[in-house]
Amino acid sequence: MKECYVARSRSVAARQLGEEMVIMSAADSTLFNLNPVATLIWKAADGQTPLTRIVEEQICPEFEVEEGEALRDAEQFVRELAAHGILLLAEFPIAETNAESDRKL
Amino acid sequence: MSAGVSIQDAAAECPLVSIGVTVEIGGVPIELQTSDRVFREIIEERYAGFVNPCAVPACRFEIELTAKQVPSDEDVSVIRRGSTWCLQRGDFRAEWDLERKQGWIRQCANPYSIDSVLRITHSLLLAMEGGFQMHASSAIRNGRAFLFAGVSGAGKTTTVRLAPHDAVVLTDEISYVRKTENGYRAYGTPFAGELARPGANASAPVQRVCLLKQSQENRVRPVKQAEAIRALMRHVLFFAQDDELVERVLDAVMHFASNVEVVEMEFTPDRRAWEMVR
Repeated sequence: MKECYVARSRSVAARQLGEEMVIMSAADSTLFNLNPVATLIWKAADGQTPLTRIVEEQICPEFEVEEGEALRDAEQFVRELAAHGILLLAEFPIAETNAESDRKL
Repeated sequence: MSAGVSIQDAAAECPLVSIGVTVEIGGVPIELQTSDRVFREIIEERYAGFVNPCAVPACRFEIELTAKQVPSDEDVSVIRRGSTWCLQRGDFRAEWDLERKQGWIRQCANPYSIDSVLRITHSLLLAMEGGFQMHASSAIRNGRAFLFAGVSGAGKTTTVRLAPHDAVVLTDEISYVRKTENGYRAYGTPFAGELARPGANASAPVQRVCLLKQSQENRVRPVKQAEAIRALMRHVLFFAQDDELVERVLDAVMHFASNVEVVEMEFTPDRRAWEMVR
């Protein structure tokens, strides 16, 4: 199976509210509310860490979920956000010029 | 300025008045210039309570009317190129230079198009200073403003239609919120919903935002800050495809929610609901 790298889009505004994240798309002002699991993936989406590692090292220990199930859920989540243009997906590491840096989080 | 002031009357009062019509909504004057006498009269009538010939415009728009009638159901595009904002929808095109404070609008003689240009321009100006537009009705009671937000059918128009005589209805459709030194202020707008009546040209400090929910009983429930932010964001009107302003709007709503009371208001659609609004 091919590796999946995820990065936050630059064209969004994201603010953390407790354990959750509110994200507003600059493209169409659509609002997204991320639950704690999705928030963890969002914050880890640096373009350099493969999704499998995010799930293995951050999601599974934090939420005590089975790795295969967590990965399936994570893949579905990142595909949905990518369809709205607020996450970038690639089979290779994503350069920071295309993605949001950690500075604003 | 009282409602129904004509350009000629104003010119007599204010020697520096221009040939345009200055419409001041939310304390933001915008001058609309048109050489078409009939369209100017339409503008004066449409924004009658908000015409202020003595105000210094924050920007001026020269309106060029086109004969072609185009539907307005297309998505709006609002982008910035340098210091110029470019606004476009099926029924209008407009540009506004922030530095020169001037712009132009090309549209047919449809007043809904000029409504949209004004709302978009105001949304940008409000966002730049920490305010926003909200899809909410609002009214002033006892010197304080109350906003009523909700999805379509939640009761925005019903609420202000039931307002008692001592309340001043600011709008049944779109409220303007501006940041002040001491908090936030809500302003009336001429943009009407089902009430089909423009709001009052008045403003007051925001006391509370009520998230409406029609019910069999009248009850107010405090809303936690995170829930309030999510709810408010759903009702904020913002049109620009602009990273910087989107950040500002999100920050503005978060700051607003931490400084203004937000409640869920279950209400019966009758006058008793206003016992909760004081």
